Amino acid sequence: MGNTSVGISDWKIETAPKGLVTYALGSCVGICLYDKAKKIAGLSHIMLPDSKTSGEGAINRMKFADTAIPDMLTKMTQMGVSKIGLQAKIAGGAVMFKVGNDRFNIGERNVAAVKEALSALRIPILKQDTGQDFGRTMIIDTATGVVTIKSANKGTWTL
Amino acid sequence: MKKFEDLKDVHIDVLTEIGNIGSGNASTALSAMVGCEVVISMPEVKFLSFQEAIEKNGCPEETVAAVLVRLKDDVEGMILMTIEQEFAQAVLSAFFGERTVTLDTLNEDEISALTEIGNIMSHSYITAITSLAGLAIGVETPSFTIDMFGAVMSVPVIEFGEIGEQLMCIDKVIELDGIKMKSNMLLIPTVESLKNMFERLGIE
Repeated sequence: MGNTSVGISDWKIETAPKGLVTYALGSCVGICLYDKAKKIAGLSHIMLPDSKTSGEGAINRMKFADTAIPDMLTKMTQMGVSKIGLQAKIAGGAVMFKVGNDRFNIGERNVAAVKEALSALRIPILKQDTGQDFGRTMIIDTATGVVTIKSANKGTWTL
Repeated sequence: MKKFEDLKDVHIDVLTEIGNIGSGNASTALSAMVGCEVVISMPEVKFLSFQEAIEKNGCPEETVAAVLVRLKDDVEGMILMTIEQEFAQAVLSAFFGERTVTLDTLNEDEISALTEIGNIMSHSYITAITSLAGLAIGVETPSFTIDMFGAVMSVPVIEFGEIGEQLMCIDKVIELDGIKMKSNMLLIPTVESLKNMFERLGIE
């Protein structure tokens, strides 16, 4: 079966039986959009909250929450996915180093921006596993929509 | 100069020289700490995309120990050193006497020792910059974590993601008592700080 890997600042869409995986989310956030009827999932790995802060020049739209999520949704709808009934699961947004101030608490800001983007698109968040202080690998089973979270020292669980 | 991508060969040469002096300092300091010979290879300065920085330096899910030191004043940025299982095993055995080390189950003394190693290594490179460029660099207390390599790397990647698409890595091989180990050290100055540094050195 195998899983398609999604890198940093990247998103991909797969149909069952092929799954999706993104490795070692730290302060980044993984966003999974899932269509239960068509068994199609999209997985986005965003790095930063807001494309408008990046100054001038061409931006990588897959890097930011406010551009990556709408773009992935557009592509999914082009593939025949209906926005109605689409559900989101999100993970990541950790603070990796506790001591010393994480200057702008980027993990938390990433999670907030993802929630805002999903709310603007009226996509409900079904499950989430965000914040705290550890990295997460996120795996989507496109047949069931079950998301598996793997951590380095806290085990494995599902969303 | 707006991004790392704008750096020319002359800049890379200077950075390599800083890396070289830093590695010299680091091998002396590390040898003194662990009490055996430490040889650090001539470092190579590389500019890698975020994805490359993670894929070329390790597996994203591999458990590593990481020490993060933030820099302030004349040079703003951070130094991140990741320590793999093999390195932790060798260096802690040299320091405390032969023992089995597992990154998942380090005790407090082992964590302190690894943090101190990260600290020593960072300072070795900082001293190289300050002595060469005459800059004052302030250093914050080092932070330590054990987690997936990719998750740890997301910290510099994100912090510098707003200004570009690349990271500066100092790649080197550390040889401890004849055992070769790869060590990842990321020196990540802001572009402004780098500009400032080259100006001090009289390089445009």
